[in-house]
Order: sequence, then C-alpha cells, then structure tokens
Amino acid sequence: MRSRLMLWVPLALFAFFAGVAGYMLTQEKNQFVESAMIGQPLPEFALKPAFAGLPGAARSDLLGGKPRLLNIWASWCLPCIAEAPQLEALKAQGVEIVGIAIRDRPEDVANFLARYGNPYTRIGADDISEVQLAIGSSGVPETFVIDAAGVIRYQHIGDIREEHVPLLLAELEKAK
Amino acid sequence: MIRTDVIRALLALLAMLAMPISAQDAMPPAPYAYNQLEDPAQEAEAAELMATLRCLKCQSQSIADSDAPMAGDMRHQVRSRILAGESPEDIRAWLIARYGDYVSYNPTISASTWPLFAIPVLLILIVAAVLLRRLGKRRSDTGEAA
Amino acid sequence: MIAEIGLAALWLAAALAVLQMVSGAFALRGAEGAINPLAMYARPAAVVQAFLAVLAFAMLLWAFMVTDLSIKLVANNSHSMKPMLYKITGTWGNHEGSMLLWVGVLALSGGLLAGLERRLPERTMGATLAVQGFVALGFYAFLLLSSNPFERLPVPAVEGVGLNPLLQDIGLAIHPPTLYAGYVGLSVAFSLAMGALLTNQVNPAFARVMRPWVLGAWVLLTFGITAGSYWAYYELGWGGWWFWDPVENASLMPWLAATALMHSVAVLAARDALRTWTIMLGVLAFSMSMLGTFLVRSGVLTSVHAFAVDPERGAFILGLLGLYIGGAFTIFALRAGAVSEGKRFSVSSREGALVFNNVMLSAILAIVLLGTLYPLVTEAFDVRVSVGPPYFNPASAIFAIPMFLVMAVGPLLRWKEDKPARLQFEVSLIAAVLISAIALASVVGDIPFLPLLGLGLAAALAVAAALPLKGRKLTRVPTATWGMVLAHFGVAVSLFGMACEGAFTQERLAAVAPGGTEQVGDFSVTLQNVAPVAGPNWTAIEARLAVSRNGGEPVILTPQARNFWSPAQATSESALLTRWDGQLYAVIGNQAEDGRWQIRVWWKPFVTFIWYGGLLIALGGVLAIAGRVRVDVKRRTATAMGDVRRADLEALNAAPMPAE
Repeated sequence: MRSRLMLWVPLALFAFFAGVAGYMLTQEKNQFVESAMIGQPLPEFALKPAFAGLPGAARSDLLGGKPRLLNIWASWCLPCIAEAPQLEALKAQGVEIVGIAIRDRPEDVANFLARYGNPYTRIGADDISEVQLAIGSSGVPETFVIDAAGVIRYQHIGDIREEHVPLLLAELEKAK
Repeated sequence: MIRTDVIRALLALLAMLAMPISAQDAMPPAPYAYNQLEDPAQEAEAAELMATLRCLKCQSQSIADSDAPMAGDMRHQVRSRILAGESPEDIRAWLIARYGDYVSYNPTISASTWPLFAIPVLLILIVAAVLLRRLGKRRSDTGEAA
Repeated sequence: MIAEIGLAALWLAAALAVLQMVSGAFALRGAEGAINPLAMYARPAAVVQAFLAVLAFAMLLWAFMVTDLSIKLVANNSHSMKPMLYKITGTWGNHEGSMLLWVGVLALSGGLLAGLERRLPERTMGATLAVQGFVALGFYAFLLLSSNPFERLPVPAVEGVGLNPLLQDIGLAIHPPTLYAGYVGLSVAFSLAMGALLTNQVNPAFARVMRPWVLGAWVLLTFGITAGSYWAYYELGWGGWWFWDPVENASLMPWLAATALMHSVAVLAARDALRTWTIMLGVLAFSMSMLGTFLVRSGVLTSVHAFAVDPERGAFILGLLGLYIGGAFTIFALRAGAVSEGKRFSVSSREGALVFNNVMLSAILAIVLLGTLYPLVTEAFDVRVSVGPPYFNPASAIFAIPMFLVMAVGPLLRWKEDKPARLQFEVSLIAAVLISAIALASVVGDIPFLPLLGLGLAAALAVAAALPLKGRKLTRVPTATWGMVLAHFGVAVSLFGMACEGAFTQERLAAVAPGGTEQVGDFSVTLQNVAPVAGPNWTAIEARLAVSRNGGEPVILTPQARNFWSPAQATSESALLTRWDGQLYAVIGNQAEDGRWQIRVWWKPFVTFIWYGGLLIALGGVLAIAGRVRVDVKRRTATAMGDVRRADLEALNAAPMPAE
C-alpha cells in the first residue's frame, strides 16, 4: 500500500512555487547588480586625467578630512546628462565629487563638462573599466560614498534624481 | 548581441534583445577584449573561465558570448590576470567579492546557494528510495498474484 | 473587417468552450453504460471551436500579410517594407500573436481529439473534452481580456515599427510553430489523463488511445527544440547551441516529461503497469508547458529588460496555472489512491528498465526545474545568484549517465521477467565498446571528463541501439520497433556531437588586415576584403573570407555585421562552412583604429551531429506513430470484418428460422 501522503507532494511543491512566483510578481523588479564592496576599503588605483582641465584620480585623493563622492560616469551615457544638475546641487552643498570617466575620449569629456557643468574636483580616465570592476560597479552612472578612511560606505545605482540628493547628503553625514 | 535562445519567447526575446543602437562609447576595446593569449594553455584556461562568468550588462549571457563593452573589459581582466599567473578560481573569487554570486554561473556552496546542492543529494536519496520500493520489492513478490 | 471577424470568432470559440465544458461534464452524470443526452454537444462544440480558433488565427495572418496598420499589433510589430516571408512569420513573432497561435493549436488538438477518437468510453471522453474545454476557456479569457491581438488603433499608423531583426529569419517560420504544436499537443495527454482519472479508466485501452497523441506532441517538441537550437546557434553569432538559459529550459522541461510519459504509456499499453505514474506524467508534461509559458510571458525570470512585460499578464497566467496545475494535482491526490497499481514485474524486465529511466528522466527534470527556478526563489529574499552550465552539466549527468547505461540494455530485455544471464553476450559487447571508446579517446587527446564519458556512451549506445534487431528477419521487424531503434540511435548521434563540440572545438580570435591569414584547426582563413552591402531593410559590412582546408581549393565565406533600420538594431550574421566532419563558423566584428578587422572563427568538429541526432530521434517518433496507427487500423478492420462475418453467420442462422 503506498502512502496517500505522497500523492500530495506535487501539489505542495506547486503551491510553494506559485507562492514565490506570486510574491515576485508584486515586487518591483530589482534590475541592479549591487556591489559587494560596501564596507570594504577602496582598492588601490591611480588613473590618468580624463582631459586636460582637471587632474587624474587616485585612491589617495579620496582619503582624509571628510567623506567624498566617487561618481562613475561617461560622456556617452544619457542618464549622466540627467544627473548633472543634481551633482551641481551636491557640489553647492560643499560635497567634493571625484569622477571616473569610463571608456571616454578627452574631447568628449571636455564637451560634456562645457555643456552640462563641471561638478568634479578630479576626473580619472578608466579606459578598460579597471576601477569600475575593482569596486563592483556594473554600469554608468553610479555614485559611491567613500569615507575619510577610504572605506566604501554606500552605493547609489543609476542617475541621481532630485529626491536622491538629501539621501546622499545623509549618507555622507553618516560616513563622517 | 545579447545572448538568449529563441525557443518560444518571442516577446521575451524582443524585450531581451532590444539593445539601444546608440553607440556605447567610441573608445577602442581593451587589449585583451578581442585578442587571445599567446600561450594556448593559458588561453584555454581563460576561455573556460570566461564562459562561466556572467555579463553584468546583458541578460543571461556569459562574457565570452557578449559584445557589450563591459564584457570586453571583463575579458581583458580575466586574460591579463591569467597572464600574470593568477589561477582561474582566484579570478572568480575576486569577481565574486565584488559582484556577489550573481557574476558566476558556477555556484559554489555558500549561505545563499546551499539548497542547489542539498536538493540534488536529497533527490538522489529519493530516487534510490523510489527505485528500491518500485523495483526492489518486486523481486520478492513477483510470485504473488497481481 | 478582418480584425472584427477574427475577434468575433474568438468570442464564439470561447462560448463554445463553455458549451464543451458543461456538456462534457454532463457525461459524468450519466449512469454507467447509459449516455446522458446533454453530453452529445461536447464533440461538435470542440470541432466547431477548432474551426473558429483557426479562423481567428488566419484572420490575423491575413492582417499581417497585407500589413493592416489600423491594427495595433500589426503597427507595433510589422513594417510594409519587410519581405513577405517575415510578414507572415511576424504574426507569431510577438506576445499576442504567439498566444493566439498557442490557443489555435490548443483548440485544433481538442477538435482533432473530438473528431477522431471513437474508442474511449463515452463517460471518459466526456470528462476529457470537459477538461480540454476548461483549459481552452482560460486561455481564451487571457487572450480576450488582456492580450487582444485584434485591437484597433484610433487612428491607423502611417508605418509599422517593424520586427526584431534577429527574428527575421527562416527559423521563425519553423521553430515556434512546431514547438507550440508540441507544447500544446500535450494538452490532449493532460485532458485524457484527467478524464481517465475522473472516471477511473486508467487501463491499457486508455493508454492505446493516449499513445499517438503523446508521440505526436513529442515528435513536434523534439523537432522544435532541435530547430530552435540550430537557429540560436547560427543566428546569435557566438557559436553556442545550448546555454541552459531559462527560456531554453522552459522548452526542455516539457520534453523531458513527455519523453518519460511516452515510455510510461508504452508500459501501460503493453503490460497494464505504471498506472499512477502515467497519469502523473500526463499531468506533469502539460503543466511544464504552461509553466514555461508563465516563465517566459510574465518576465519573472528575465529581469533587466522587464519593460515589455506586463505584470498583469503574469498574474493572469499564474492564476490559470493555479487553476489547472493546482486543480489537476488536487484531483490527482484525491483520486490516484483509487487507481489500482496494475500488473507487477521483476526488476530485470523491460518494465524494470523503463521504470528506472522514467525515474532518471524525472530526476533530470527536477534538476532543470531547480536550477531554473532557484534564482527566482533567492531573488524573493533579495539575493541574486546565477546558475549556468557548470551547474547543470554535472548535476544532470549524475542521472543521465545511469540512464544511458540502462537505455543501452533495456530494449533487449523481455517484458515481465528476464534472466540477465541470457544477455551475457550483448552486455559484454556494450561494455567492451564503452571501455574501448573511452580508452581510444583518452589516447587521442586531453579531453575533459564529461565529454570523454559522452564519447564512450555515444559509441556504446550506437551499438546497443542496433542490438534489438539482432537475430530478427529485418523485413518482419515492426515499424514501431524500427522507430525505437532509430530514435535510440539518434540519441547516440546527438551525444557524439555534443561530446565532440565540448572536447575538440578550436577558436581563433584575431584582428586581421585585408590580405592577412589566420589558422584554425586544419583551415587557413584569409580576409580578402571588407565591403558594404545592402538588403531590403538593412545595410551591412560584409567580409570575404577565403577558407582553405590543408591548402585545398578555397571556399568563400561572407559573414556580415548588419544594421537594420526598423527597428534600429545591429546583428551579426555568421557564415558557416559545413563539412561531413564538422562546421567552420565565422563572424566579423568591429574595425580597429589601425584598420584591421576583428574576426572570430571556430572549427567545431561533428557539431552538426547534435542536430542530425535530434532529427533522427524525431523521425524515430514518426515511424513509431506510423507503426502504431497501422497496427491499430489493421486491428480495427479485422474487428470490423469479424463483426460483419459474425452478423452474416447470425443472419444465415437466423434466416431459415421464419421458414419453419
């Protein structure tokens, strides 16, 4: 005699799947790959200047004094245009923003900054996504909060919208 | 191009492949993005690893199969690290430390993946039990009336 | 008018599905033997419904052929400048159209079942048609309420958006329709299993009714998957033929279940054993089809570009899934206990081998299901993981290897009980082939473990496949047996191709200046020039590659990098050089700043055997159907002739009576 209980197993498995799938349908799709480097020290790097107007960026430039923002961007990236005013707003609040330009040409960087404003103190050129990969960033734009000791404290994925500005300021405050 | 199959997901495929045509950038690809290593043994090591790393910008595609610029940069990382003498598993671990288990198509046992290994073991036990019940028992009662 | 006729046909078909369901259900209320008068509408309802659903699909096809831009679906997915073939195939190159195809095939298989099947008891037939109507109704509702393919635009569009260039290929004409027909053909097995379970008619007669449907759906699935794999291989431009992508797995899972079901039905038909198993697999196979539809349509597994996926539709399909799969499993749990276990058999018997392989196929199905759904489960907990070939290959091999070994011996065993000693010669022959093939292959080169094992198993299976013919007069071997031999041989061929592709593929990646030569395997590849070319709706740069094997006569290959303009998208068109022992696969990439061109060339020994094997497997299925149907027709004519003779005899006996 086979156990009657076994006959319910398929239904139970299906019910579990349907539950998970139903829950997933109600959830906003998380399209982003988050960095696993939050809480880890910023890896060593030194990048040449992305264009003639500003110095390049190295790990040491992000250390000491106060927390800073590390903005991963590119002149060919459309959302980067959208976030330019927000970066300006952050700069106006006294935030120091170090940029890393991904696979970008100096003349394109210069044009972009001339058109949309220049919130950066330094911009390093990352032509082979070396630093981007080292900090676990998977796209442009992304913004990282780096504290004075050089530890990655927070990652913002995608363009910074107006409502994100106070959020980032709070994260910078927390990182002090 | 973005890797997927075209089994019956015509809509999904449309969605997955709708790659904006606007050029991502104008820079030449990284040196080892589209160039093989000199040493065939090293290249084979790199190729095997690249086939099991996920392109983060694409949907369900390994970096070996993707033309996305970031996949090219990841291939460059893999090849240049192999060239520098790192082992494939070190490189995988380096990437997992940055992107989590998502970046590797080869799940290893961890807090988030243990059921992937526990369930097959359980499955082997169930299969053995089912076969013993279905087949093992028969031997003794084949003589009985059905 | 086209759209209105199509829409009206769909609504009418939905109404008939209700009639079919209700009328079929009345059959269950009739007393044993008696026929409820209200049950007589189920069959005609199913037949007319099939006609209407096919009509609706034909209307959409027509709209696409004439590019009726007042229909939203056409405007969003077609273009007046597209070649006619792609206008036609574009009908199912989108969500609504492909769902209409799905529903059309569903109704058609229901109609065929109702029209052709006369052997089942009326009660079982009524219950089966009721289930089929119930399933159809849900999908009509899905189409009409949330995916109406005939929706009109308030103002007709000036020009259509166009079809994804990757789909503008002959592959779209072949792959989705066959795969859908296979997928949805399994609905008949599902309905029959439910009908038999509800009326407690799980017996060999029922299995003989179910078998051709299962075989037919399985053949179409096999062919569809094979075609899809080859299409993806040449179209996607990276030389892979299977990546364990969720969408690929969605098609593999019903195939695994259908393969197990097909073998289980054979046992039930021949030996009246495995009753519950067969019902379970019948339910499971179509459940996997619906699950696949859900995974693909809801977008729960395709995360990044989820914009085109409507969560409302996902919820709708999940609801249908809950209704049908949940309902079927509930009825299974409640009723399967009442199904008696059937005839018994010894472990060393053909049934024993088939049970073993059924369990192995189910285990592989479980692994594929686990690996496909696991990322979804962890995502619910905000953890993202990837499961790919390095997981699927070994995990499924754990069960596939014993399965292949048993598959080599199983067909040689007798039904019910056999003495293993009888097969001493055959078993030692298979073992010898297996071992020597592995030994030979490991001498040839440094081959990874799984491909090495694959080579050995392929050789052993190829020999074993022919062994059932040993000692038989070939002209007297039944067609169905030829089918089995051919299908099993196809598995060996396919396995050989997979193992060779995995073990011996050579790749060359290089930046080449015009006139430059690269070497891959035995081939030297010379880039002659690169020139722009134009097609009906694309422009491209085309490379001319002169390929010569061991210094022989060169052959010209022309891979292209195409730019389509509506919709704007770039694709890479690979160029293939097929030889009996493999394929050379060439792709052109970008131009470097120094003027050299990036080319990527693979030599893939025996890769074509993967698909040849798939075709052989499908052909084996066709032979099996032909053989079964022929035997069945023969038996029926024999019975009919017997009846006539009996009637004559009775008449003769009866005739003198009045004279007395």
